[in-house]
Amino acid sequence: MQFGIFTVGDVTTDPTTGRTPTEHERIKNTVAIALKAEEVGLDVFATGEHHNPPFVPSSPTTLLGHIAARTEHLILSTSTTLITTNDPVKIAEDYATLQHLADGRVDLMMGRGNTGPVYPWFGQDIRQGIPLAIENYALLHKLWREDVVDWEGKFRSALQGFTSTPRPLDGVPPFVWHGSIRSPEIAEQAAYYGDGFFANHIFWPKQHTEKMVRLYRQRYAHYGHGTEEQAIVGLGGQVFMRKNSQDAVREFRPYFDNAPVYGHGPSLEDFSSQTPLTVGSPQEVIERTLSFREYVGDYQRQLFLVDHAGLPLKTVLEQLDILGEEVVPVLRKEFANLRPAGVPATAPLHPAVLASKEV
Amino acid sequence: MQTLKLVAVSAGLSSPSSTRLLADRLTQATRYRLAEQEYAVDVEVVELRDLAVDIAHHFVTGFPSEALQGAIDKVTGADGVIAVTPVFTASYSGLFKSFFDLVDPAALTGTPVLLGATGGTARHSLVLDHALRPLFAYLRARISSTAVYAASEDWGSGGDEYTEGLPARITRAGQEFAELIAAAERRAGDGEEELVPFEKQLADLRLD
Repeated sequence: MQFGIFTVGDVTTDPTTGRTPTEHERIKNTVAIALKAEEVGLDVFATGEHHNPPFVPSSPTTLLGHIAARTEHLILSTSTTLITTNDPVKIAEDYATLQHLADGRVDLMMGRGNTGPVYPWFGQDIRQGIPLAIENYALLHKLWREDVVDWEGKFRSALQGFTSTPRPLDGVPPFVWHGSIRSPEIAEQAAYYGDGFFANHIFWPKQHTEKMVRLYRQRYAHYGHGTEEQAIVGLGGQVFMRKNSQDAVREFRPYFDNAPVYGHGPSLEDFSSQTPLTVGSPQEVIERTLSFREYVGDYQRQLFLVDHAGLPLKTVLEQLDILGEEVVPVLRKEFANLRPAGVPATAPLHPAVLASKEV
Repeated sequence: MQTLKLVAVSAGLSSPSSTRLLADRLTQATRYRLAEQEYAVDVEVVELRDLAVDIAHHFVTGFPSEALQGAIDKVTGADGVIAVTPVFTASYSGLFKSFFDLVDPAALTGTPVLLGATGGTARHSLVLDHALRPLFAYLRARISSTAVYAASEDWGSGGDEYTEGLPARITRAGQEFAELIAAAERRAGDGEEELVPFEKQLADLRLD
């Protein structure tokens, strides 16, 4: 099983100091966080993609290419690549290039994006969100698998005799996850292609995640890619840890109460009971995370959100130390013991990554 | 004997409230008429006051609490909904609107709905037609023809030479609503999302 972190890339004021990092600081901090993730032995770093303030990651492959050059083992991924508003040809080119630079340490997650104006800013119509996701991905899938592509669709200009370059490293396209919070069409899409399904998980009650993952698993088996248990599932989760549970709650509460995504709503305690948010000791995070498999089954990737709510870099790096030293080693062992034979431990890795692991 | 589920949504804020009282009277009248037609009726009341904080939280977090989800499920699964609101600032109350804002816009399609409103003066009675009817028309509910407005004075007076009194209006509303429910075809489906197979989704785009 793979463990890692995902970032939204928001520039958020630290509510305890009133200080807002500059965009420059946020971008540099994101790199520092990724490097730390490798240092503490995590497997994956994934970035979001946004095209409006207060978010900085509008150019994921630039960021990931830079991190690729400064790491050796970390898998570089996305926690949304906007399949609706990006040109699929450009996605094919950018991520294949990244794959070469990172020697295969690349996968990515397709998402539709939920910011209305981004669609018109990029010349699209939000009401066509699902058809865009379906058509654009069908083209991307083809561009990575066929050397010469003839294409005609509804949403972009036709292609005749087009070759997307560079070709994927060793002819193996990057593994793709499809992320969706509430659309069964996307679970169906992931199942159809035998791709991975990532349940964002973090803002919704578990019953919802359970339903979406169950649908994906059933349809994965329906399309003949393997058994329901063999389908490739990833989950999000958000944590804040200190040695003592009470210290974690005390320190995180002002961040929670004021965060743009959590704040000014339910209490930290209510939100924690309704979503995967876990604020407490490393042991509590271990137990909570292990409980996820009770309703989604054995899964292949767990990503944690740790740089949220305006936490300062120093605190985020401390969180990564705790994850790497105390939480993930236990989770690796426990999940491996629980996982039945025949269920893949990870999403399919690029052969170059596998080879480097064997050395 | 078939059992019908009748759900009354009351947006009254005080306890006891005249809004709840009107909801109960309308429920009773409907139930009485349905019983005459040999239907058994299960009645549930959703008091929005008890859900006010959960409703606000849903707007902030994007998901409902268990209690709120339970209430939404009751309403969307009902064979008939009686929706009653006090009049605030010339319209339905904000709490009433907020609750229906959180119901999936397609979830009440075809559901028989009886409307009611309460207020301090009869001068607001057109709220039924200017505010409530358009809201439920948007939701594609089947709106019962007689809706009932109860002003404070209605609780202590009979009719006059131009209008029937409140009890007669309630009886008429219950009668018509019971007929509407009995006539409405039981809606199919239990709220599970329908899955469009991927081949169909691709075919719709005319891709291979």
